[in-house]
Amino acid sequence: MPKKTIFLSMPALVFLGSILAVAQNSGVASGYPVRKGDLTEQQRTGEGLYRRYCIGCHGDKGDGNGENAPYIDPKPRDFTLAQFKCRSTPTGTLPLDSDLIHSLERGLRGSNMPSWLPLSSENREDLVAYIKTFSPRWKTEKPGAPIEIPPEPEVTADRVKAGQQLFQKLECWKCHGVEGRGDGPSAPTLTDSKDRPIPPYDFSQGHKFKCGVTDEDLFRIFMTGLDGTPMPSFADNVKPDEAWELVFYLRTLQPMKTKEKAIAKQLGLKPINPETNSSSAPQ
Amino acid sequence: MRTRCQLVCTAGALVIAAFCLLHTARSVSAAADGKITGTVKLEGTPAHQRPIDMAKEPYCQKLHAGHPVTTETVVTGPNGTLKNVVVYISEGLAAAASSQVPSETPTWDQKGCQYIPHVMALDVNQHFKVTNSDQTSHNIHPMPKPGGPNHEWNKSQPIGAPPFDVSWQAQEVAIHVKCNVHPWMSGYMAVVKGPTGVSDDHGSYTLDQVPPGDYTLTAWQETYGTQTQKVTVGAGKPATADFTFKAK
Repeated sequence: MPKKTIFLSMPALVFLGSILAVAQNSGVASGYPVRKGDLTEQQRTGEGLYRRYCIGCHGDKGDGNGENAPYIDPKPRDFTLAQFKCRSTPTGTLPLDSDLIHSLERGLRGSNMPSWLPLSSENREDLVAYIKTFSPRWKTEKPGAPIEIPPEPEVTADRVKAGQQLFQKLECWKCHGVEGRGDGPSAPTLTDSKDRPIPPYDFSQGHKFKCGVTDEDLFRIFMTGLDGTPMPSFADNVKPDEAWELVFYLRTLQPMKTKEKAIAKQLGLKPINPETNSSSAPQ
Repeated sequence: MRTRCQLVCTAGALVIAAFCLLHTARSVSAAADGKITGTVKLEGTPAHQRPIDMAKEPYCQKLHAGHPVTTETVVTGPNGTLKNVVVYISEGLAAAASSQVPSETPTWDQKGCQYIPHVMALDVNQHFKVTNSDQTSHNIHPMPKPGGPNHEWNKSQPIGAPPFDVSWQAQEVAIHVKCNVHPWMSGYMAVVKGPTGVSDDHGSYTLDQVPPGDYTLTAWQETYGTQTQKVTVGAGKPATADFTFKAK
């Protein structure tokens, strides 16, 4: 008899398990009220995942006011504005889906946003589809055209030196400091678009950036700017070749051993001198 | 004979058509000839304008040596007149009149670490130029209303960078513009459909090309908010509308 009971219970267990899995992915387990509206199948799946994994910080309305938000700094993203820091598209434009997916994959360094690599790539796409329902911009606008990133040239002494000159000419040091430590003269007064204090990136503190870790990510960061922050786009005034030179110089400011750093050492490269830049009054 | 008759008829028709065309053009021109003028004043003590310390930007500090600049949240002129007030038609303008986009391209300059002008009125989709006259880098960071139809952007404009051309796609009074590198820099762009004016050093403003009609005028000032009043523009008869803001 016990054998029969176990045999009969198996389908029931499988059935119960399936219901639980569906319930969890549909957000029933989160205890939050279910959002109404016409959603596609993919958005519905994304909604379930969102309610399970994201709602605590980003909130029921996607406005970044989840129950954990008061305790989090930097604050969770407000999806109702459709404004994103990490994009491959010009400042002021919508990002590509792939930009949002990359943010989900790697998480955002220096914030509470973890990497969502444990989810399947399909589920990350579902989440992006759902996140896009929070702002009407996604219905009326198309993402901007991604900025062009030519193949990375070879790192040379000339390019590292040229990068340093750009660092001075573009006045990156005004916020990031002459040695890239995030201690420039404008650093203490910087605020984000919601008027919250925000520090500039300190290159001496690590090798990762909020929007990635590769040379291409670094290229993209200063060319597109980080919307919603004081970091502007330089795409109008920096040619792609120059952008690579700046990337190479910025790598010399970071703590890890890199080819760029070795070259800088060989050259005896000293930090820039702001006095030689623009500080003289016009005649 | 028949050919001659046809020729005469065609010529006659052409003359009539030309006359009609000319007449229509004149009517349109007359329709848009109306004007609203006025003076904006401030009653009471204007809000205190604090001196700006530009020590963190030696270039600009030296530029203003001997005559330090102050904030510009309230700028008054002789006899309590008020500068930098945007006056525009908020109601009554026909769709056709409000859809005309001026061909002039105004300039938004960064000079002496200040915005010149401090307040600029623009039409929806009107192009304007952003220039940097300073020997220092600026970042131009307009902050439209979050979630609204205009979107925030942020561009660097280093020393010697060429001007760039932009426009706003929707009405908004007003978009705050700031420079994160120089936090004292503050200005406003008022984006309005149809005729608009900004009060000058003497508090005077003019709205040109206003067709005859009954309108509601709105005046906006960055510290004191908005005021409205009704005005009627007759054919070939300029209307006057003065505004008085009360100091808080």
